[in-house]
Amino acid sequence: MSDILVSEQSAVGPTGRPSGRLLEVDDLRVEFRTRDGVAKVINGVTYHVDAGETLAVLGESGSGKSVTAQTIMGILDTPPGFVTGGQVRFHGKDMLKMSFEERRRIRGEGIAMIFQDALSALNPVFTVGFQIAEQFRVRRGMSRSDAKKRAIEMLDQVKIPNAKGRFNNYPHQFSGGMRQRAMIAMSLALDPEVLIADEPTTALDVTVQAQIMDLLAELQRERHMGMILITHDLGVVADVADRIAVMYAGRIVEEADVYDLYAKPAHPYTLGLLDSIPRLDEKGQQLRTIKGLPPNLMNIPPGCPFNPRCPMAQPVCREKVPPLLQIGAGRASACHFAEELVNRD
Amino acid sequence: MGRYLLRRLLQLVPVFIGTTFLIYWLVWAVPGDPFAGKCGERPCPPGFVAMMTEKFQLDQPLYVQYATYMKNLFQGDFGTTFGGRSINDIIATAYPNTLKLAVVALAIEALIGLTAGVVTGLRRNGFLDNLVLISTLFLIALPIFVIGFVLQWVLGVQLSIIEPTVSSEMRFPELIVPGFVLGSISMAYIARVARTSISENRRSDYVRTAIAKGLPMRRVVGVHLLRNSLIPVVTLLGTDLGALMGGAIVTEGIFQINGIGRIVYRSIVTKESATVVSIVVILVLVYLLMNLLVDLLYAALDPRIRYE
Repeated sequence: MSDILVSEQSAVGPTGRPSGRLLEVDDLRVEFRTRDGVAKVINGVTYHVDAGETLAVLGESGSGKSVTAQTIMGILDTPPGFVTGGQVRFHGKDMLKMSFEERRRIRGEGIAMIFQDALSALNPVFTVGFQIAEQFRVRRGMSRSDAKKRAIEMLDQVKIPNAKGRFNNYPHQFSGGMRQRAMIAMSLALDPEVLIADEPTTALDVTVQAQIMDLLAELQRERHMGMILITHDLGVVADVADRIAVMYAGRIVEEADVYDLYAKPAHPYTLGLLDSIPRLDEKGQQLRTIKGLPPNLMNIPPGCPFNPRCPMAQPVCREKVPPLLQIGAGRASACHFAEELVNRD
Repeated sequence: MGRYLLRRLLQLVPVFIGTTFLIYWLVWAVPGDPFAGKCGERPCPPGFVAMMTEKFQLDQPLYVQYATYMKNLFQGDFGTTFGGRSINDIIATAYPNTLKLAVVALAIEALIGLTAGVVTGLRRNGFLDNLVLISTLFLIALPIFVIGFVLQWVLGVQLSIIEPTVSSEMRFPELIVPGFVLGSISMAYIARVARTSISENRRSDYVRTAIAKGLPMRRVVGVHLLRNSLIPVVTLLGTDLGALMGGAIVTEGIFQINGIGRIVYRSIVTKESATVVSIVVILVLVYLLMNLLVDLLYAALDPRIRYE
């Protein structure tokens, strides 16, 4: 009973307002229950993405950025992963309370996802064309020949040369960049409103990385999609993102417009990340790093989870968890000393 | 694909010649008098020995015998027994029985083994999973003649659900229990291989992609997961088909089926060398062709193999 109430409330709420969010993650909590103990992977993540904007989710490996995306898509491995709280609202409706069938229909059409390693993410025993055409055939009920036509169009849109001839190729016959393009074509086949790109360029070499990012940015603009770009690469983010959410130990520690964040980071972790980008004018000097390691998620330190590595840590940081607070228009930071950081020269 | 097939077919030639020669040599080189026991309790009369020696070229060197044998073989003549019966006839009556039994056994092991493997692979550690693990271990541990005699005794003699032996008409329902006995061990292996394969691929990235595409679960499992998981199972089934077509000495013996296995066994015991050689040559051929079929099927299932 209470389940129905909650989903109805949230369904009516945001959709009634003109400023209704497209996709919202609200205080999401996920834990992994393993034999060694419970790892608290996501500890209250809140972010949103609207049509036509790109949100970059930045963080180290293990910060929970991919797990958040998997929870949105409903592809979290359960067990060991369990959602223990929060909501994921799509057009104001909590997807975590939907039936399997309802959620399935959103996948691909409402929210689509591309993965890091296209070689393992594409099925090795089916042709690339089959895997794209499958979307049109199964989800749209198209005939084999119509679906093939549409799939070739999609391959063309992601700028695969000789799309017609490539239709019958298997993933292993494609180069890395081509595979990622095919993956993009497959995920955009049903014209989704939100695209989640989980480290789409990490497995590619640098020149190809730029091409794929340009392609993604172009397609996002053309289709006015909301895009969640998950990455640990600050260089990638600067070019395409509108807003950035920085994650650490399963929390958002800072959220800001891309220019604000680069100009004046409001969290020492963000500052550390920006400082550790190698710079040409400091060639020959030692690279700056953030000292220490990310916390063990089975045993997150009390207070601010970043405090053991933080150069600015004060006694209060070891006692109180800093909440994510607004510190300006569209800016939020989870640091006790956010104001001081932003206001320094 | 055509080149691949041609290359594989050419590879069969030396293997075929090598194995058949080896068999011919082994069977005819067995020490002892080839005429022992052929004429009842008495030694064979010299006239008979002389006739047979000439007929089977026993005074010629082995390679001449082999060459003559192969020449006849390629004309479709498998020779005769010492008693003068055409081996072609013997094979023609026994082989269909063996084939029928093999098909039933294969169908049973594929159907039950695969179903059990897929179901338990998708839901590990449940009651069904444990049941399948224990029962397959049981089947693998038991020798086939134990399974055969126990089922024959319980179902055929005690409960009278089936006839204890198969009639000469070889009707399909009669073959279910013998087929199950013959296929039981492979069935257990197939269930286990399928289970491992399914549960491994269940967590693979491409299955996650298929789910993220919003495909119905039965399509994710039935198309994306199954196709990949079938590769090791098909290999197992294919090699097993070769073995099954080679006749089943034990199963045919228990259920009194007049198949190739029983004939080989009887021929070895009675030193019917010509029959043994001819049947084993056929089995080699069948086995080689089945192996080729498996390789082709394997290439059809996994495109990464095709162009290597």
